[in-house]
Amino acid sequence: MDLKDFLQEKRSGIIKQWRKAVIETYPSETQNFLRKEKDQFANPVGLIIENEIEKLYDFIVDGTGEDQIPLSLDKMIRVRAVQDFTPSDAVGFLFKLKDIIKIQSKKAGNITWPIEYVDGVFERIDKVVLLAFDIYMGCRQKINDLRVSEIKNEVGRVLEKARLIQRGPVQKQTF
Amino acid sequence: MADTPKPEELTKIDHTAPLKGWMDTPVELKPGIYCHAASPKDLEAVDTPNVHEWRPGDEDWNLPDNWKNVVEDGFKLRLDRFRSFKLFMDICVRCGACADKCHFFIGSGDPKNMPVLRAELFRSVYRKKFTTGGKLFGRLAGARDLTEDVLKEWWYYLYQCTECRRCSLFCPYGIDTAEITIMGRELTNDLGLNIGWVAGPVANCYLKSNHIGLLPNVIKDNIEFFVDDIEDITGIRMDPDFNRKGAEILFVTPSGDYFADPGTYTCMGYLMLFHYLKAQGLDITWSTYAAEGGNFGFFTSHEMAKRLNAKIYAEAKRLGVKWILGGECGHMWRVVHQYMDTFNGPADFLEEPVSPITGTKFENAKSTKMVHIVEFTADLIKNNKLKLDPSRNDNVILTYHDSCNPARGMGFLEEPRYVIKNVCNNFYEMPSNTIREQTFCCGSGAGLNAGENMELRMRGGLPRANAVRYVHEKYGVNMMACICAIDRAAFPTLMEYWVPEVDITGIHELVANALVFEGEKKRTTDLRGEPLPGMEDE
Repeated sequence: MDLKDFLQEKRSGIIKQWRKAVIETYPSETQNFLRKEKDQFANPVGLIIENEIEKLYDFIVDGTGEDQIPLSLDKMIRVRAVQDFTPSDAVGFLFKLKDIIKIQSKKAGNITWPIEYVDGVFERIDKVVLLAFDIYMGCRQKINDLRVSEIKNEVGRVLEKARLIQRGPVQKQTF
Repeated sequence: MADTPKPEELTKIDHTAPLKGWMDTPVELKPGIYCHAASPKDLEAVDTPNVHEWRPGDEDWNLPDNWKNVVEDGFKLRLDRFRSFKLFMDICVRCGACADKCHFFIGSGDPKNMPVLRAELFRSVYRKKFTTGGKLFGRLAGARDLTEDVLKEWWYYLYQCTECRRCSLFCPYGIDTAEITIMGRELTNDLGLNIGWVAGPVANCYLKSNHIGLLPNVIKDNIEFFVDDIEDITGIRMDPDFNRKGAEILFVTPSGDYFADPGTYTCMGYLMLFHYLKAQGLDITWSTYAAEGGNFGFFTSHEMAKRLNAKIYAEAKRLGVKWILGGECGHMWRVVHQYMDTFNGPADFLEEPVSPITGTKFENAKSTKMVHIVEFTADLIKNNKLKLDPSRNDNVILTYHDSCNPARGMGFLEEPRYVIKNVCNNFYEMPSNTIREQTFCCGSGAGLNAGENMELRMRGGLPRANAVRYVHEKYGVNMMACICAIDRAAFPTLMEYWVPEVDITGIHELVANALVFEGEKKRTTDLRGEPLPGMEDE
């Protein structure tokens, strides 16, 4: 069997392994909750992992659903950008799929790795990681922007009242 | 409740002990999660003990030499004084029912944000110091010594709790973890370890009547500014008055409404409602002395909460009013509803509130003599005293966030919905396990609405934002109403990160948009200056 058929046949098992690897980036006491609670409002983080990993997998394995990938990644990375992760940990979970594929195919034995297909898979993983990094940086920038805009808003009304600033279109002054 | 493993799961149990237990996992204070230290001058303004310079990120917090005695004496004092605190220290069986109910745990995945574990940080020291089992058996009994690292861990997690009390809703014993946070924060305050975003507003409120430190002339000027805006929109000039002796009703609202968008539009809503009712006999005055309904003293100590709350009754007495009307605020109402009577009552110089417009007696406010404006307005609508055109809010597809303190703290669930349904045609509820008593906190309450802890706020607000996203995607919701000034300040930022398509409003902004005045000019915009539906070209 070649790798493409193997990844399609073992889709649910490999996705399960990848989900597990993502959940294991959280403290051990938290993992059970993330894995077991299935209500999307009680456990938004766990459900985002559960749903979005699947979409990423399908894109990486056979290139389908590319248009959904930015949104899927955004959902995952936006959360991780405000959690206790270093930048590399925030996006590093995506690389774990490489190890999982290698280990699982080795376990199965007799899996051929056609170079063209393998290159495609690994290229798509790299593409997803780079996109994730852009999204991560966008989220971090947003956090900083929010800090600044809150300060501006806090003092804006008072400054406006004191006629130190003017909102809206600037009117032409005649002297 | 904690999940019971299935038989097949039990057979797969890994008998390897975790690498480290929580007691051996030292706290690491991460920037973005904690707030700045309080400024010494703010703490000195209200006679806080052990005021000193320190920074949370520093190794040395410059604690006083006797800091352990301060904590232990303070702990004992509160155990003796508050039966609830003693019970909450003793009766938790660690069933885990609360563990996954905290918005900070859900959003962060940090196990020390499970309410049970956050409280355990405290209980472990309680056991060691105050229980025989803990003294004799130490760690075997879940006890540990108080060290500087433990104190830092307390501080880090005490200021990651917004005292929203969602966890308490699920506790079979009724343990209120917010009470534990309150006691813990009092102890940090005794050591001069309060945060800037609490201590600053407290000092301002004590010295200048409100959290922001707006002086009376600025409050008056700001309201005049709103009056100008309202006149531009409606053609009618409101004429509020201030500190007027002999008025029937004193109006008290959170100071955020005076200056911070979108609370300012809510404030314009109050002004318009009062003006509308004037001809029907409403006799109400604003105060520049009791110019703060919120009470950051509540996040400092019971004594400070009492001290800041006192001015509401003092002003009511000075002006000789009959009763008090309160604006849309969150923790203000928890203090009013659950503490004010004990703190500063009995308010026997006031009268049982009666609506001068409808004659309705607000019997629930018989003791405090203070009525919630949303209840007041709901009664007006019920008695057909307001001419409303809800189509003016047709550009709004609304959902409603039950602000924690009014919802869980005083059971205020139906009145806001009743008002909303009468002033807005498009209203959709968020999922049932995220509203009413189970509402998710904004993640910025209890003094955590600072800028430096933005990551914490975004995590804490994730469960709420997640439910907002759901109704946005399903129904096209573009606005969320709330009745809390902290919500109105915090949610626009939270939404901008998670669901930027959704904006925030107070309920009285919507009421004022819908309110039809006799003789008003044709309205082409709402209070924000946005075109009304069908008026885009005018």
